[in-house]
Order: sequence, then C-alpha cells, then structure tokens
Amino acid sequence: MATNASRAAARLMISPAVVLLLGWMLVPLGLTLYFSFLRYNLITPGANPFIGWENYYWFLTDPSFKAAMINTLLLVGGVLLITVIGGTMMALLLDQPMWGQGVIRIMVIAPFFVMPTVSGLVWKNMFMNPVNGIFGHLALGLGMEPLSFFSEIPLLSIIFIVSWQWLPFATLILLTALQSLDQEQLEAAEMDGATWVSRFIHVMLPHLARAITVVILIQTIFLLSIFAEILVTTNGGPGTSTTNLTYLIYVSSLLQFDVGMGSAGGVIAIILANIVAIFLMRMIGKNLDA
Amino acid sequence: MARSVTTSRKTMTTLFAGTLGLLIFFPVLWIVILSFKSEGDAIKAPLEVLFSTGWTAESYSAVQARSDYPKHFLNSVVIAFGSTLLGLLIAIPAAWAMAFVPAKRTKHVLMWMLSTKMLPPVGVLIPIYLIYRDLGILDSRIGLVFVLMMINLPIIIWMLFTYFREIPGEVLEAARMDGASLREEIIHVLAPMAIPGMASTALLNIILAWNEAFWTLNLTSAKAAPLTAFIASYSSPEGLFYAKLSAASVMAIAPILVLGWFSQKQLVRGLTFGAVK
Amino acid sequence: MKLARAMFGATALAAAATTAATAAELTIATVNNSDMIIMQELSSQFEEASGHTLNWVVLEENVLRQRVTTDIATGGGSFDVITIGAYEAPIWGAQDWLAQLDDLGDAYDYDDIFEPVRNGLSANGSLYAVPFYAESSFTFYRTDLFEMAGIEAPDEQITYDEFAEIVAKVHDPDNGVFGTCQRGKAGWGENMAFVGPLVNAFGGRWFDMDWNPTIDSPEWKAALTYYVDLMHSYGPPGAESNGHNENRALFADGKCATWVDATSAAGYIYNPAESSVSDTTGFFQAPKQVTDKGTGWFWAWALAIPASSKQVDAAKEFLSWSTSKEYVALVGETKGWVAAPPGTRASTYANPAYTEAAPFAETVLNSILAANPADATRDPVPYTGVQFVAIPEFQGIGNYVGQQVAAALAGQQSVDEALANSQQFAVREMTKAGYIE
Repeated sequence: MATNASRAAARLMISPAVVLLLGWMLVPLGLTLYFSFLRYNLITPGANPFIGWENYYWFLTDPSFKAAMINTLLLVGGVLLITVIGGTMMALLLDQPMWGQGVIRIMVIAPFFVMPTVSGLVWKNMFMNPVNGIFGHLALGLGMEPLSFFSEIPLLSIIFIVSWQWLPFATLILLTALQSLDQEQLEAAEMDGATWVSRFIHVMLPHLARAITVVILIQTIFLLSIFAEILVTTNGGPGTSTTNLTYLIYVSSLLQFDVGMGSAGGVIAIILANIVAIFLMRMIGKNLDA
Repeated sequence: MARSVTTSRKTMTTLFAGTLGLLIFFPVLWIVILSFKSEGDAIKAPLEVLFSTGWTAESYSAVQARSDYPKHFLNSVVIAFGSTLLGLLIAIPAAWAMAFVPAKRTKHVLMWMLSTKMLPPVGVLIPIYLIYRDLGILDSRIGLVFVLMMINLPIIIWMLFTYFREIPGEVLEAARMDGASLREEIIHVLAPMAIPGMASTALLNIILAWNEAFWTLNLTSAKAAPLTAFIASYSSPEGLFYAKLSAASVMAIAPILVLGWFSQKQLVRGLTFGAVK
Repeated sequence: MKLARAMFGATALAAAATTAATAAELTIATVNNSDMIIMQELSSQFEEASGHTLNWVVLEENVLRQRVTTDIATGGGSFDVITIGAYEAPIWGAQDWLAQLDDLGDAYDYDDIFEPVRNGLSANGSLYAVPFYAESSFTFYRTDLFEMAGIEAPDEQITYDEFAEIVAKVHDPDNGVFGTCQRGKAGWGENMAFVGPLVNAFGGRWFDMDWNPTIDSPEWKAALTYYVDLMHSYGPPGAESNGHNENRALFADGKCATWVDATSAAGYIYNPAESSVSDTTGFFQAPKQVTDKGTGWFWAWALAIPASSKQVDAAKEFLSWSTSKEYVALVGETKGWVAAPPGTRASTYANPAYTEAAPFAETVLNSILAANPADATRDPVPYTGVQFVAIPEFQGIGNYVGQQVAAALAGQQSVDEALANSQQFAVREMTKAGYIE
C-alpha cells in the first residue's frame, strides 16, 4: 500500500510534466483566445481593436467551414477504417508461419519511417501524376485513360496516402497483440471443430479489441492534425475538397494572415478536438480497465 | 506444441505475404532506383526505367551542391535526439509515479495529458512565434527541441506508463523484503525490466520528431533547419526533377529508415500502449 | 564602407574583403526558380570576395511567401535578404517593413534599371526592393508543330477565340502533344496570374470604383467558361495541379504546343542544356479579346531587406552584387547569355552577346515596357496591378478565387458555382476589411 510519504514523492515526480504541459496548454491557448477577440491581421498593421465575437461569426459562416468539418471526418474515418481492417488482415497474414518473416516485416514497416512531406511528394509526382507517374504509365499500358487523381478523387487520394503511412503502425500493434494470444485457447477451439471464421470472431477479435481501441486512439490524435500531406499535394483543393479543419485554420491565419479569425478557428478546433477526445477517452477508458 | 503446417501452404503464404510486402515497400524502393537514374530516364515508363542501362549518382551531387546536407542532417539528429532525451527525463519520473503510486485521479491526469496532444498546431503557431521572437530562440535548435519535446511528451508518458504498469509490484516487495535499498532496487530489479520499454519509447519518439514537418518548417529559417526543411526546397519542379527529388528524399529518410530497421525488435516490443496483457 | 559600396563591381568587392569591418552571416530566403538557383550557385564568388557567409533558405513560392510574411509582419528578424515580388514591395515598403534601398551607390547605376520596374518596386518615392528579374507574359509556341499543321504564326495580337482555333489544330494527344498548357494550380500567383489578364481581355475587373467585387459579372463568366472549355478540350490531364514550374517542364519536354506564360521562362526554354525544344520554339503576344488592355501581366522578382534585419549593411552589399550589371555579365559568361536574368537593366539589352543568344530579347522588353499596371482594365478601377490588385487583402481573395477556379477546372463544380462562391468570399473579405458596408 502506498504510504503518504510515497504519495508526496509521487506528486513531486509528476509535477514537472504536469506544470510543463499545463504551461504549454495555457500560454498559447490563452494568447489564442485573446487574439480571437481582436481584429488582428498581420498584413494590415495598426491598432488591434477588440471586436467581440466578430471573428467567430466570420469563421463559422465561412463557406469552407462546413466542407472542412466534413472532410476532417471523412479523412480521419476513412484512414481509420482502412488501417484497422487492413492492419488486422496484415497482422493475421504475418502471424502465419512463413519463410523470411523478418524481411517481409521490414518491408511492411517501412512507410511508417517516411516523412509525411516525402511521402506526399513521392505519391503525387512519381505515382499519381497522370503524365509521368507510374499509375499513368500503367493505365496507358492497359489501354486506359490515365486517372488524374488529385482532380477526380482528391480526398480519396489523400486518404490513400495517409493510410499507406499508418498501415504499418496498425499492423505492428495488432500483430503483437495477436502473438500474445494463448495458442492453447485457439487449439481448443480448433478441436471443438470451430471453423476459421468462428475462431476469428469468437477468439481472436475479442482479444484484439483492446489493441484496436489503442490504434484508433493514437491514430485519431495524429490524423486530426494532418497537414503536410495536404500542403504538398493539393493545397486543400481543388476548391475546398481536401481542406480539413487544420488546413482551413492554416489558410485563415497564414495565407490570409488574419490571425484574429485563425485564432477563432483554433479555439473552435480545440473545442471540437476535446469533444472527440472525451468520446475517445470514454471508449478507451472502458476498454483499458477491463 | 506448435501447429504443423504443410510445406506447400507455407510456400503459398510466403509468396502472398512477400508480394504484399513488396507492394507496400515499393514506393521506397522506387525512389531509391530513380535517384540513381538520369533526369531524362526517371520520367519514362516503369519498365523502361528499370531496363535503361545508365546508372548515375549525379543527382546526389546536384542535391549536395545545392543544399548543405550535413548541416540539415546534424540539425535533425540534434533535434530528434535532444527532444527525446529531454522528454524521457521529464516523463520517466511522472510515468513511474503514476504506475507505482496510482491515485484516484491518475487516469484522468493521463487522459488530460493526451488531450493536450490534440491542440491543432496551426492554431497556436502565431502565439508561439511571437514568444520565440521575444525570447530570441527563433531558428534555434533549443527552441525546436523544446517544442518537439512538448508535443510528444504526452505520448512518451503514456507509453512509459503502460509499460511500467506491467512490472509486477510483487517483485519490488520481494526485493524490499530482502533488504535492498532503494538504489539497489532500482539498479538491479527495476532497470532491467524497464529498459526495453524506455528504449522502445525513445525510438518511437525519435521517429516522430525526425518526421515532424509543421513546427520544424515554421520556426526555422537557416541555422536550425532540419531535413524536413531540406526536402521542402525540392517540392516544386525546376524542369525535370524526379531524380533530384528522389535523391533528396532518400537522403532525408534513409537515416531514420536504417535506424528503424535495425531497432525494429526493440521498437515493436514496446509499441503496444498497454494493448497487450 | 560607403566607399566600398560606391566603388562597385568585382574589383570593389575584392577591396571590400579587406576593408569590410566584420564578416557577417546573412540568411537569404528565396524561391526555387531556376534563376535563383543560379544565383545560389554563383554566390560562392560573393562569399569569397566579401568575406560574408550566406545561409540559403530555398522554398516553393507559396511556402516562401507564407514564411517571409509571417516573419516580417511579426518582426521575427529571421531573414536578412528576402525575395519578394512586385505585389509585396510597395505595400510592405509603405508599412516600413523594408529597409530603403536608395543608397547603393553611383556604380549601381539606378538609371540603368527600367523605369516601370523601378516604379513597381517603390513606395512614396523610395526604392524598397531591387529587381532580380522582371517579366511580362506572352505566348510560347512550337514552330515545328505549327508548320506541320500549316499555321502561320500571327504577327498582330490575336483574340482568344482565334487562339482557340489554332490550339485545336495543333492538339495531338495521341502523339503526346497537348494543344495548350496553362496554369491550373490554385494560387493568386499561379492560376490567377493567367486568369487575371484573361479576365482583363474579356473586359472584366476585380472591383468597381466603390470597391464592390464584380466577380459574378458576365465578363468573368465568359472568361472562365473560355478557360475551362479550352483546358478540357486541349489541355493535359491533371492541369489543375500544374503551376508555372510544372508547365515549364512539360513545355520543355515537348508535351505542349502552346503556352501563355512568363517571358522570363524563355531563357530556360531556349537553353538547349535544359530544354528539348530550344530550337523549335517561337513566341507571339498574349491574346486579347474585347480589349487589349491588361492582356500581358507585369511582374518582377526582387530582393529586399527586412527592417528587422540586424545586418542591413552586409545585406546591401549582397543586393548590390546580385542585381548589378556585373552579375548579369557573370551569369552570361558562366551559364550562357541566354540564361542571364532578363527584364531589369537597359545594359543587358544593349549587349549584343545577349541579344544574339536570346532571340526573344526585343519582344520581351517591349512586352514589359508595354504592360501598364495603372491602366489594365477596360472599365475604370480604383486599384493598380494587371494580374493582381495592389491591396493587402488581395492575397486572401486571390487565393480563394484561385481555389474555386481550380475546382471548376477539375470538374468538381460549375463555373457559375465557382464565381458565386468567389463573389461571396470577396464581399465577406472586403466587408471585414472595412472597404464596403
């Protein structure tokens, strides 16, 4: 049992982290909150008068706002769907006995180490470019019209690129979880004459549930602020079809230099992110205690 | 007893998984190939690229002539390792305390820490920029080390926490019963069990810091610019540029790729976030 | 120091190396255009002569603009020399964000710089940026393809309708040649640099005399409909991701029959080391439509010194080296005269070495001198600028409209929707900024 002394020591040990994170959260957040009530445009200097809720009004009525919300959801949801399902299948596959598993694992894990900017640039130019990219050459070779990825399926293309980067992460976590599965339990089920499908549903999937929640939580945190991939491929376009919330705030505060409105957008994004966070925490909290 | 598997089935699995692995790995492989081609060859159809005979390292020398690679590389190393070390220094005591002296609110504190990670960086760039300007640490490694440490701290704490939690408390009790001092307890009992988790956490954090492209681009100009800034200067073509872009990309990702491959066993072992019991 | 700056040129720089009080470390931000890449390559000569060290930050145009603007507007002081355009220079100069550059010395020969270029980079009678190169726009075409199709290149300015007819005849996608390549990548400095003059030609304007946006006008609709139809029928696939650099690569690779773009690209296209069409390229004026006003743009890339720089004197040394007559000659001698930075100095055009190597020299010069930012539209407007509007708010509006145009080009929405969205956005921005109620 923890004594009072050890409690005090524990508090002392936690405090640097808590203080730093609190400062990291409150100082910029406070400033952002403050800016969000000012008319503050970097390129038209002068007094920055207090204008109340005006920035919030402009941001929320921005025609791009709705599109950005939907795109953010589609992007996060799409990537989660692909990586969780794909990752589960990859993990099941890699769990089978085979030769050269180490080499195959090394190949599968590689995209996780690639910088987002590099992967965006490489997919955009070397693969998805309709004139010189590999997909274009392949389509021509098969006698088809090359697909112009970023004009016809822009958001899907981004989802694809991001999924490529995150698939290894999901695969690794799920594979580790799968390998910790009690073999005897599986064999017992096999003896009982359970088919592979029912073994998967009744034995493996429940065992993987925790790992899947972890994958969802961690990836959501990163996927909500996807930025570099969009910046180097589509710049949020065409139109607003690949503008997510992060990118919209970037446009307001760093392309239009309207720091006031960008800050209002930041505050709104923080509120939304926290709603998602609470939701996720509930989900994962339940799963982690179990 | 291990399940017995027929050789033919094992061959099939190997072939299938190998093909899939190769497909996933292909983009990385492809830029390595393109980086050793001439610009004219690099835009040809895939088969023509493979069977064109000329191999050349001219793109690498062109990239090196234009950008000071060693400088960017060194900055990346300092920033990634620096932020990781500093992060571990702060996170280890915190995670330790939360794992071994859990209080009622521990889980809430942990969840709150994770939620700070959801702050969209663009929303707070201008405030940070202004603060950094006033502190005079724009375009400095120190400034970047601090920012990257802060944004990854929640992940570090959480990873370490889930790892430490797996260490059974009874082991400690037993050591204490045997009359071990706190120092001995840490060195002989805890460290061997905790080090793999810390190594894995450090590795993941180095990867994340190495690849971070928002803060590193916006808070640096020349002196502290890491490899993410180096690659940004190749993002739009000047004439034919596939070979040069490939060479620059290979130079930017190779160090972390190699590190990741060599240490993948350590990385994977701790990359469970408590998902495996 | 004053003396060193006054006695300019290679010899003066050698002297500066011995007289310069302290060696400075300069941070230079620039775009990754080919002319700037050459400057970066040659700059080691400046470093040797002056003793200063240069740190280069080379970025793509949009990223550069964002980084530089953030830094200069917050007074971050990260850069000592920045690359800016004819849009930023007067606005930023008027806001005292830039150091004045009227004292680079007699040897710098201000009178040698073309007057419209100088005026475009000045505010309140002071020069705030020195031109690295200047450009207008004209039409590149492939002489071999025109000949094959039996088309005479026009001598007079043709209309966009006539242009479309020509493009239709040379369009040959089966042989990998597209009738025309135009900018589609969203951005006020990218697709809007082509669309802006196009709209001018169709008689449109951004704002009326009371600053009310007029993007939903029939003129805009006619221009955009023309643009989208032209590109869909005769443009390369994925045109909405092609900016200046992408199109230049396509044209140099022989994939385009025509291309209306910056005159400054001519040095690249005519350079056999870079381009496969160097001896089969010709040029004529950018087309007109209902008016010939504002049909060729005016732009200059220039170097400036942020007021927040702590090394203004050393930065000035670099500026007067990199935009001097001697620098032009240095490029001419080391990289070939065709690659010399165009459009800034009379001495370049008086040099037979240049006019011989660059057959386009005279046409380029005439286009630049003819472009008049103060009178670029059929109807009267309260602003200056051909392809941009010289107010701070324009960046945001231009970028948004650029995105909408790109979406229409990509087929994600109709021209009408794009124009309605753009008009709505422009009205919001102008209201927010207090121009209109």
